[in-house]
Amino acid sequence: MVITKKKSVDRRTTPIRLFITKTSRSLLKGTLAGLLATASLAVASTADHSEFKVLQGTFATGPDVTKACLECHTEAAAQVQKSIHWNWKIDPAKDSREPGKDNIINNFCMAVRTNEARCTSCHAGYGWKDDKFDFTKQENVDCLVCHDTSGEYSKFPTMAGHPNYTPKEWPPKSGKIREPVDLAKVARSVGESSRDNCGSCHFYGGGGDSVKHGDMDSTLSKPSFGLDVHMDADGLNMTCQDCHTTVDHITAGSRITMNARDMNGIDVPGHEFGGRATCESCHDSDPHKDGPAPLLNKHVAKVACQTCHIPEFARDKKTKVAWDWSTAGKSKETLKDEEGNITYSPKKGDFTWQKKVPPEYAWFNGKMNYTLIGDKTEKNAEGVVELVKLEGSAADSGSRIWPFKVMRSVTPRDPETGQMIVPHLFGKDDAAFWKSYDWQKAAAAGMKAVDQPFSGKVEFTKTTYLFPITHMVAPADQALDCVACHNRDNSRMAGIGGIYLPGRDHSEWLDRIGMLLVLMSILAGIGHGLLRYTRRTKGGQL
Amino acid sequence: MRQELIFTRFERFWHWAQMLIIFALLLTGFEIHGSYQLVGFNKAVMVHNICAWSLLTLWVLAIFWSATTGQWKHYLPTSNQMGDVIRFYLFGIFNGEHHPYRRKRWAKHNPLQRLTYLLLKLVLMPMIWGSGLFYMFYSVWMGQGAHPALPWVANIHVAGAWLMLTFLVAHVYIITTGPTVGEHMMSLLTGYGEVYDDEDEKKLEN
Ligand code: HEM
Repeated sequence: MVITKKKSVDRRTTPIRLFITKTSRSLLKGTLAGLLATASLAVASTADHSEFKVLQGTFATGPDVTKACLECHTEAAAQVQKSIHWNWKIDPAKDSREPGKDNIINNFCMAVRTNEARCTSCHAGYGWKDDKFDFTKQENVDCLVCHDTSGEYSKFPTMAGHPNYTPKEWPPKSGKIREPVDLAKVARSVGESSRDNCGSCHFYGGGGDSVKHGDMDSTLSKPSFGLDVHMDADGLNMTCQDCHTTVDHITAGSRITMNARDMNGIDVPGHEFGGRATCESCHDSDPHKDGPAPLLNKHVAKVACQTCHIPEFARDKKTKVAWDWSTAGKSKETLKDEEGNITYSPKKGDFTWQKKVPPEYAWFNGKMNYTLIGDKTEKNAEGVVELVKLEGSAADSGSRIWPFKVMRSVTPRDPETGQMIVPHLFGKDDAAFWKSYDWQKAAAAGMKAVDQPFSGKVEFTKTTYLFPITHMVAPADQALDCVACHNRDNSRMAGIGGIYLPGRDHSEWLDRIGMLLVLMSILAGIGHGLLRYTRRTKGGQL
Repeated sequence: MRQELIFTRFERFWHWAQMLIIFALLLTGFEIHGSYQLVGFNKAVMVHNICAWSLLTLWVLAIFWSATTGQWKHYLPTSNQMGDVIRFYLFGIFNGEHHPYRRKRWAKHNPLQRLTYLLLKLVLMPMIWGSGLFYMFYSVWMGQGAHPALPWVANIHVAGAWLMLTFLVAHVYIITTGPTVGEHMMSLLTGYGEVYDDEDEKKLEN
């Protein structure tokens, strides 16, 4: 975790805490940016955690720190235990078919199950190393990963969410030693979550910086105005929670529960509080004020703000756009590109990285149908398994055109059952793929662990996985130009059906007939004129 | 036969303003249509919208003017001499004949002109501004989902644009068929043109 702030100050940077009544709504509309800018003052907390008695002395483990936190914050762990950060799905019921990190199959490391100890280094808890983890134990909640302001706390990559308590080598066989975290010091410097707290997991999704989302990576730690107008470190400097408003440790906004078209407009605190995770929450649904504002505002009903205002993602750092697992284990040599991104890893196969990626677009009503463990999959006409299927259409009022990062991978599938394989990748046992590089064994172990049938056959299939793009909002003058979509030959909306788009669409036959009519009248004029000219000697009228 | 004011100041203003606006509408309209890229899509849309409103305003003014001055009577269709005029443009004009129509103060357009301008005013222009208004206010009638009628509205508008362009080409050519190439055009600039005496004039004026 890279944290630059020194003091444990509670930052109160947002309009969340500004008392805004419904009557001042119109004022808010026009001047939100101004309010935000002036509200960007660090307000000191009324509590200095370094003074607290329970936090003096030393702590042996993370859970020991949590116990101390809970002495005063008696409800905190219970709140966290209701959150998606804890349960990794919206509905924590054990057999729930609601999607979550816990049961979704993606095309990065495919699935969490049987690989917990590695994956849960990004769990807001301690000790989730297999399916026997106790989700009710309060001291298992990790307060520090979200609330450390010293920048010194970090979880060890393979210890099921614990930081290392003794010196340990990482990466393996690198000779580099990670010193244990000074838990006491970290415990005494807790405060409100910063971008880096969230970023310690969310920037590194998929196992590394900028791998997964494309619109979230470490460049958002201190972004420029050009990269992100909201989080601009020298400007608004907004934190994640300024939009992902968090109440009782429940965070608003998630790609699992998307709101593709917010009809609520501005969410005024104290009146219509439902979280501020949509653009409309602050900008309202007629956000454009200058230039051809009425025309632009008409787009709001059908086009997500992000579609024009995030013309490219991964603008400062490459993101992974393709991952071929079929080549994993075939060579022993790790390859890197000129920026140091791994392009081949013996454990993971081939990667493709891309910077300044233009998103792909689709109608979207907020519902993403994920492939869950146990789901049978089908290949589409191109032989690709779409792991995420979007809902939405032009005809539906709740749908808008949204931008997506499309991840294109080659991942293992059982050709007999049609299920995507949940491979057992991580572990010290012989079946783990990263131990013995045997897909058959890894698949058998993984599928058995999740109680799913396995035919014994593994095929490698092209798969796609989707992320809605919503971060890295570009400065207004860099928003997509009209002609990027309103043109015939390379419209960004080329694949968007169900609407008539001026400039992109036209009737070929109508234009042909029209052209013919015009041509005929030109020819008639020329013919008539020539005849008049050649016979003008006859006298009279021309 | 005498020279007389046949196009008043308002008519001349109306005609040339309309010409400029329609030219701009065609230019920007076909850019919006995707036929070419010239001033940029956003500017094209803005200019097109401004011109569209200007044209509508102009039409309202012209309709008011025609109604109050009685000038609308110039557009009443008639079959009288229609055959002569058509025959003239198809044959007579090449044989040095004179135009068969004698312009009168209260019938300044020949029967072919009357019909053409009437069709223009009653069919083509309503087709264009009707579809244009529907197009402009699509968000009002399309409801929440995309409406399948939008491509039809657009196509009617585009069809109107093609017809308008066709008319313009023919119109500009026919302008040159006066006694001299420039005469018709000059009378729309100066307002003066040749007029014959009309026995029915008194009756028409009542
Ligand atoms: C001589 C007059 C006019 C011509 C030649 C003309 C031509 C065109 C053409 C070719 C298009 C592109 C259509 C497409 O590809 O979908 C267009 C678009 C349009 N026109 Fe016109 N037009 C004229 C007058 C008007 C008027 C009077 C209105 C409104 C009352 C109007 C409103 C529109 C609108 C709203 C669009 C769509 C612009 C957009 O994409 O937002 N037009 N016009």
